[in-house]
Amino acid sequence: MSVVLDLKNVSVKLDDKVIVENSSFTVRKGECLGILGESGSGKSMTVKAVLGLLDKNFETSGVAIFNGENLLNKSKESLRNIRGKDITMVLQNPMTCFDPLYRIGNQMAETFKTHTNWSNEEIYKNSLDILNRMKIRDGEEVLKKYPHQISGGMLQRIMIGIAMAMKPKLLIADEPTTAIDAITQYEIMQEFQKIKEEHETAMIFITHDLGAVSLIADDIVVMNNGKIVERGDFNHIIHNSKDSYTRLLVEKRISVMKKYREVVYREEV
Amino acid sequence: MKQYIIKRILSAIPLLLVISFLCFVFINLIPSDPAEVALRIRQVPVITEEAILEVRQELGLDNPYFIRYFNWLLDCLKGDFGISYVNPKRTVAGELLRCLPATLQLAGASFIIVIVLSIPVGVLCAVYKDSLFDKITRSIVFITTAMPSYWIGLLLMWIVSLKLDLLPTNGNGTWKHLILPAFTVSLSYISTYIRLIRNNMLENMKQDYVLYANVRGLPQKMIFLKHILKNSMHTCIVAIGMSIPQLISGTIVVENVFAWPGLGTLCISSIFNRDYPVIQAYVLLIGALFVFFNLIFDILQTVSDPRMRKEA
Repeated sequence: MSVVLDLKNVSVKLDDKVIVENSSFTVRKGECLGILGESGSGKSMTVKAVLGLLDKNFETSGVAIFNGENLLNKSKESLRNIRGKDITMVLQNPMTCFDPLYRIGNQMAETFKTHTNWSNEEIYKNSLDILNRMKIRDGEEVLKKYPHQISGGMLQRIMIGIAMAMKPKLLIADEPTTAIDAITQYEIMQEFQKIKEEHETAMIFITHDLGAVSLIADDIVVMNNGKIVERGDFNHIIHNSKDSYTRLLVEKRISVMKKYREVVYREEV
Repeated sequence: MKQYIIKRILSAIPLLLVISFLCFVFINLIPSDPAEVALRIRQVPVITEEAILEVRQELGLDNPYFIRYFNWLLDCLKGDFGISYVNPKRTVAGELLRCLPATLQLAGASFIIVIVLSIPVGVLCAVYKDSLFDKITRSIVFITTAMPSYWIGLLLMWIVSLKLDLLPTNGNGTWKHLILPAFTVSLSYISTYIRLIRNNMLENMKQDYVLYANVRGLPQKMIFLKHILKNSMHTCIVAIGMSIPQLISGTIVVENVFAWPGLGTLCISSIFNRDYPVIQAYVLLIGALFVFFNLIFDILQTVSDPRMRKEA
């Protein structure tokens, strides 16, 4: 499969403090790369740096090839054109990601107006279409609602819908299941799996949840303290990882699962 | 929504009653006899016990405290604020109405200066945070916040009127007379609002919805004007709205410095002359203005914020 995004030695510095050090990885068409690590490990920082979402206090170096061009050399304006169209992103806190003063329909429309030349009717029709595809009932009503009137899970699905609407080459999901409850998490994960099966979209899935990443990622990189400490598929991470931090993550996960089975088993007896 | 507005209006009534009672009580606690002062101001040559008693009766001061309060309150509700102790030919309402236009003119001019200067400067400070412009503005804001308005007034008078001979020192009539006092009144408000707007904008820029707007690739101008500015103004609007009664009441000192014939000057002379009805009516008027503007801007904010609209 063709390479969609190729990162070579990407580093991020803030006032001489290294936040991400020599990050390198490749994302291919139709594949999902999982970036695993705890908060502060630099996993979000890496993608934010590539997309030009960090402010000018951050210093970025390295190469990030997308569509044959180095994203890190691109002007602000051309990066902005790529964001939301060729590379889209789903963020962690759906409840705070929408502007509280505008209706959902308005915020979807402003996105489409920026990237397409659709007429107002087309925008409305497409917005309804997206909500339908994301299995949101009463689309017309939802478009008229303000963010605080809608549940976190639904907002998260709207965010995924907006991200997929422009048929991006790369979809980045930044901890999309962290801020929502367990049942909704399951539904959201299904949504991502469906995207992977139905579209050829390359995906980066950032999480600290080994369970979530096991469901979707073809390849995994583990980050700790701004460095990539382990890489490989899920089996490799579980069985053959040599890095001590990765082993710790895996063992914790296994012991939690063991405890869980014990509790469930005892309850059944 | 309607229910909320009615509830807010009804809750203003007890507040106004408390204000009226407090201003009556405090003013009557002043330890001098208004009857005696009134006689002196009316330039009666020999003040006798009988004359004082007579004036007391004339002014209704011989009644008990609460009766006087209720009489006054009832009269106020009818729109009759009494007559001036000092000059029985003049009604209090007439005195206030005579001085109100000058104060409104001064407060209005100050309000315009505040809005025109503080919003753009505050916004620019936030956009160019830590730039030279931001640093200089912040130092000026810091200094002007610490300077009392009567001192600024005298300083401006000395530099602009005496040394440079550009504008008149006192009086009113033309716009030239208005510039110095209006600028003096507005200066401390400008400093406060520049800081408020700047910090509010910076706070909003850090919010998730701005990150997500960037993620969606919206143009910077749109993110700024449609999202950040609107959200910031939303929080600032109540503070700015409350500056209207503050400006009207806050002109006291400046009016006296520039001999501006407004409510502030009237209030100070009434205090010197122990002209209770005028002081009471003035305090009541200012209190009512605060309650009124508070009410208006609370309702405005609730109407314009979808989150509060729901809760209300």
